[in-house]
Amino acid sequence: MNAQQIDQQTLLKDEKDPLTHTPVHLLSLENVGKHYGNIIALRDVTMAVDNGRVTCVLGDNGAGKSTLIKIIAGLHQHDEGTLHVMGDARKFSSPREALDAGIATVYQDLAVVPLMPIWRNFFLGSELTSGFGPFKSMDVQKMKDITKKELADMGIDLRDVEQPIGQLSGGERQCVAIARAVYFGAKVLILDEPTAALGVKQSGVVLRYILQARDRGLGVIFITHNPHHAFPVGDRFLLLKRGKSIGYYDKKDITLDELTAQMAGGAELAELAHELEQLGGHSDALEEVKAEVAGVADAAPESPSKKH
Amino acid sequence: MTMTPTAAKPIAADERVGQRNPLQKLLGRPEVGALVGAVVLFIFFASVSQTFIQPNAFATVLYGSSTIGIMAVGVSLLMIGGEFDLSTGVAVISSALTASLFSWYFTTNVWVGVILALAVSLGIGLINGWILVKTKLPSFIVTLASFLMLTGLNLGLTRLIGGSVSSPSISNMDGFDSAQAVFASSVSIGGVDVKITVFIWIALVAVASWILLRTRVGNWIFAVGGDANAARAVGVPVTKTKIGLFMAVGFCGWILGMHNLFAFDSVQSGEGVGNEFLYIIAAVIGGCLLTGGYGSAVGGAIGAFIFGMANKGIVYAQWNPDWFKFFLGLMLLLATIVNLIVKRRAELK
Repeated sequence: MNAQQIDQQTLLKDEKDPLTHTPVHLLSLENVGKHYGNIIALRDVTMAVDNGRVTCVLGDNGAGKSTLIKIIAGLHQHDEGTLHVMGDARKFSSPREALDAGIATVYQDLAVVPLMPIWRNFFLGSELTSGFGPFKSMDVQKMKDITKKELADMGIDLRDVEQPIGQLSGGERQCVAIARAVYFGAKVLILDEPTAALGVKQSGVVLRYILQARDRGLGVIFITHNPHHAFPVGDRFLLLKRGKSIGYYDKKDITLDELTAQMAGGAELAELAHELEQLGGHSDALEEVKAEVAGVADAAPESPSKKH
Repeated sequence: MTMTPTAAKPIAADERVGQRNPLQKLLGRPEVGALVGAVVLFIFFASVSQTFIQPNAFATVLYGSSTIGIMAVGVSLLMIGGEFDLSTGVAVISSALTASLFSWYFTTNVWVGVILALAVSLGIGLINGWILVKTKLPSFIVTLASFLMLTGLNLGLTRLIGGSVSSPSISNMDGFDSAQAVFASSVSIGGVDVKITVFIWIALVAVASWILLRTRVGNWIFAVGGDANAARAVGVPVTKTKIGLFMAVGFCGWILGMHNLFAFDSVQSGEGVGNEFLYIIAAVIGGCLLTGGYGSAVGGAIGAFIFGMANKGIVYAQWNPDWFKFFLGLMLLLATIVNLIVKRRAELK
């Protein structure tokens, strides 16, 4: 294992915001912790998000990923450590506050209302209005045009923005949610397991939008349990396990194999394979697990992302 | 992993979306099933009864529709917002009793009672909504409780204050005539007396449709009914929207309550029980989904019109009005089935 952990001190000293060239992170967490009663959900987590960079948060179920994003998105407050936004220590008391600070979250369930047309969903909660006083009405045509244009910019060509959003595919809905966050001036975009429920092709589409959001200068936090999705698009990787950070790496310091091994716990998988063998499990299933353990070097280490 | 979705996507999307012709688009609207039902019912009664299509009789049908329709406006909005209200029937009577008992007991101008009744009606909505969002209990339970409590309060307070089961007559009090002119007069159009409630009803439907389709609040109403959690996550004030909807129902109840009071000069304290279902039925016939997030104010109005036609049509056809409830149930079933079929077919095409 030659993966090199990012040291917090060097991180703060050397890393610069690539756009402003000031040594300030768009968003940074230092030793953040959270407990619910006597249950420690998260402790000692340190990470940073910068403009035009993708920070991946990896972890299995129950690793504390959700708790982490809930803290950043303003749904929960941290008990320990500090959360800095543009250098200021913050503690969000509501999602609205986080939104106002430029932190937009695309949740796993997407926060869209299936029965409502795409354009109504796109502007939900931030509708454009014209007129004043009690006669303030929505600028329907403008909202439809903007929706169409923004989605076209993201590469989604929709004929009819009047369609209920529930009729779109999972990937398309994900993209509408991302486009919405980008349009409403998000500086930090949190994506909660955007590829979890998607097929291979749809996942590819979503990963491409992540890169597009990055290229527009957003800082992206990409939460996933799939290192194959994280590695091609990520610049930094935070690995969580049982509420604790078990590693924080820069892309140049880690390979996909190492990431996979760290994340899924290569030792655990080997143990599982051994156990299954003893129990007389199906040989093809065993082969699969073994292949996973042996490393995923041949499983597509080639990154589809543009090198920058 | 193929990374060329831009090339493949638009073609695929076009295949799946296609173009829908205007008729299919129309059939996808929530109120279309009710509209078909209304036309069929109108033709039916027009063919069995000569009097049904005469202007005077038709004005009566419209009046009957309006007394349901005024409430159906508020109830439709509330159902689109994902809740319903079982206390509406008796809340109308509570409002009327408040106005009459207060102005009678304190011998004030009846307008004082009218304004107080407005506050009470909005207050009932506020309390219903507030308890709902605070406890997160289903609206069925919350409003069932307020229905029972209001029923009891109506009877108890009326006997306590007025000493009878009906409120005392207020016809000779100050302001009665002007209040009657506002809430219970008639307008003559071409020799046909049309009750003022018909115009109030139409105005309310127009305002509600505008709010629903053209304002931010309308967007929020659809959203809180469609998926309250999603709405909250994007910054929609879910609790305020829901409480506001209950208060809108209260406002409609106040108008109808004032009409009930000033159409005569007193109110029976035991009235109103069961009417809440008529309002809900009108909204459902009009295409509002019981689960929320879908429907229209116009649909609720058409539902009320179907109700009015069935109610008076049976009389004009000289049938025994005993059959009315059966007829209403059948209408409800047919209208919702038609709604379902029409919507499915429109969405499939």
